[in-house]
Amino acid sequence: MSPRCAIILLAFVAGLAGGPALAQQAPAPASAVDEAAAANAAEQARVPERIEIGLSTQAIGVTSDFTGQALTIFGAIDNVDPLVHRQGRYDIFVIIEGPRSELVTRRKARVFGIWMNVESQSFDNTPQSYLIASTRLARDITSLDTLARLSLGIGQIRVQPHPDKKQAREVEAFTAALRRLKQDAGLYREFPGGVQFISQSLFRAEVALPANVPLGQHRARAYLFRNGELVGQTQAPLRIAKAGFEFAISDFARNHSLYYGLASVLLALFIGWLGRIVFKKD
Amino acid sequence: MALYLPIAEMSVNILVLLGMGAAVGFLSGMFGVGGGFLITPLLIFYNIPPAVAVATGANQIVASSVSGVLSHLKRGGVDFKLGSVLLAGGLIGSTAGVYIYSLLRGIGQLDLIVSILYVVFLGTVGGLMLFESVKALRRARSGEVVSLRRPGQHIWVHKLPFKMRFKTSRLYVSVVPVLALGAMIGMLAAIMGVGGGFIMVPAMIYLLKVPTNVVIGTSLFQIIFVAAYTTVVQAVTNQTVDVMLALLLMIGGVAGAQYGARAGQRLRGEQLRAMLAILVLLVALRLAYTLFVVPDELFTLAIGGVL
Repeated sequence: MSPRCAIILLAFVAGLAGGPALAQQAPAPASAVDEAAAANAAEQARVPERIEIGLSTQAIGVTSDFTGQALTIFGAIDNVDPLVHRQGRYDIFVIIEGPRSELVTRRKARVFGIWMNVESQSFDNTPQSYLIASTRLARDITSLDTLARLSLGIGQIRVQPHPDKKQAREVEAFTAALRRLKQDAGLYREFPGGVQFISQSLFRAEVALPANVPLGQHRARAYLFRNGELVGQTQAPLRIAKAGFEFAISDFARNHSLYYGLASVLLALFIGWLGRIVFKKD
Repeated sequence: MALYLPIAEMSVNILVLLGMGAAVGFLSGMFGVGGGFLITPLLIFYNIPPAVAVATGANQIVASSVSGVLSHLKRGGVDFKLGSVLLAGGLIGSTAGVYIYSLLRGIGQLDLIVSILYVVFLGTVGGLMLFESVKALRRARSGEVVSLRRPGQHIWVHKLPFKMRFKTSRLYVSVVPVLALGAMIGMLAAIMGVGGGFIMVPAMIYLLKVPTNVVIGTSLFQIIFVAAYTTVVQAVTNQTVDVMLALLLMIGGVAGAQYGARAGQRLRGEQLRAMLAILVLLVALRLAYTLFVVPDELFTLAIGGVL
């Protein structure tokens, strides 16, 4: 698979899906008086919005030429209010979240002149990667409380420091380091403006999967906001795994480790001998 | 040209790794060392996870040692009996080393211990070798005959019990220091991802008084087996041997070694030793730098719960 080739996630056509679910009714705080009246009138008759994303594939194969990949996700909103759309007051977040695991942050300090790891803090159940695309800057979309509640944004990813005797301020420093290191590694990344409307009801989200993307079960989540209020959300699984030759090798290394080790040694013996034959001095 | 490594789980440049293998192979061919002490730090500088660098280094050493031993075999420069005793110690040491390695990785001090071991051993060996070779160079200039082996000179090593005769090396020594040397180097091989030639060769010359013409061949002979054993044990316990990475390094290394050997024949022994000493000291200094200078980033991140 070419790295250029985007994974196309099928758009669900508005109206095909069933009854409303997951949607929350939200009051529309319009600024102008007549607008408010119009909005209120619309509110009475309005069917709640739904957001849908669909995956054309449930797995991305990592092969020997993998150097990261652009991932495009298509999605649709059902029951769009044309007025709200025209005013650009629909906002969408799309998140690709990697498998969760325990992570350990360690801090170096000087001991007898040598810099060594002395303190550590582990975090339970933390995403190994987190790529978030949104229609515009997260803080322009909704309140910080809402962002934190739904863990939208790198600073808002919920981390669970493993309880120990450290002071709160210390834990804070380790948590900040965790986010910073993940960001430096390109594994936590925000793409403000990464979600764009193609039409009134269709949208496209784009994130860049880095070459060091963790393998395993990822989750695509999408949130729809209207006037800063959450009105719908959805999610879909996405598996990123080694494929082809890479899969065969790592599978062999994991499940038949003894034979893998012996095969590696035999290969080395062969290459060493071959080198001697090929480059033999005349 | 990019390649995604199946075990390291990262994308690397094929040409960089082939070049790295060739450069180290050239130097190892020139100086008659395995080159593990160069390849492992280089891989770590290239952001390969240290665990993978160390285990894969051991695999690569098998190839370069086989290549080397075949050329020494022709000249009768391998003492199989001495090599086998060293090997017996080496296997015990390697088993202990892989265990210590897993333990250190679990408590997050692996990088530190590996760096300290490199600084201590490379610094000591490089320093001693530089001192000795400069002295030899001076003496050679003033026209004296240089010999590393001074027969009849006895040190404490020769007073130990359980003596054994090694015909090829014309030696009659206790097996205790031979086994101990083998074990120590086997352990270092597993923890540092080196063959241990850079310690083994001087130790055999200065401690055991093995004649120089069989030292390198015998050391390479036993390194093949210790490195092969380490590779298998690392593959089984830590699953960190990346065969694709090893293959790239081997191809570059084996090719580079042949040209290095030719270049080495144009230089004199003392000159070679002085240059090797400087190279070893440079690697030690580079690693010492990371230990003593304030790091840019005090924090590091690792996936927990994985030994």
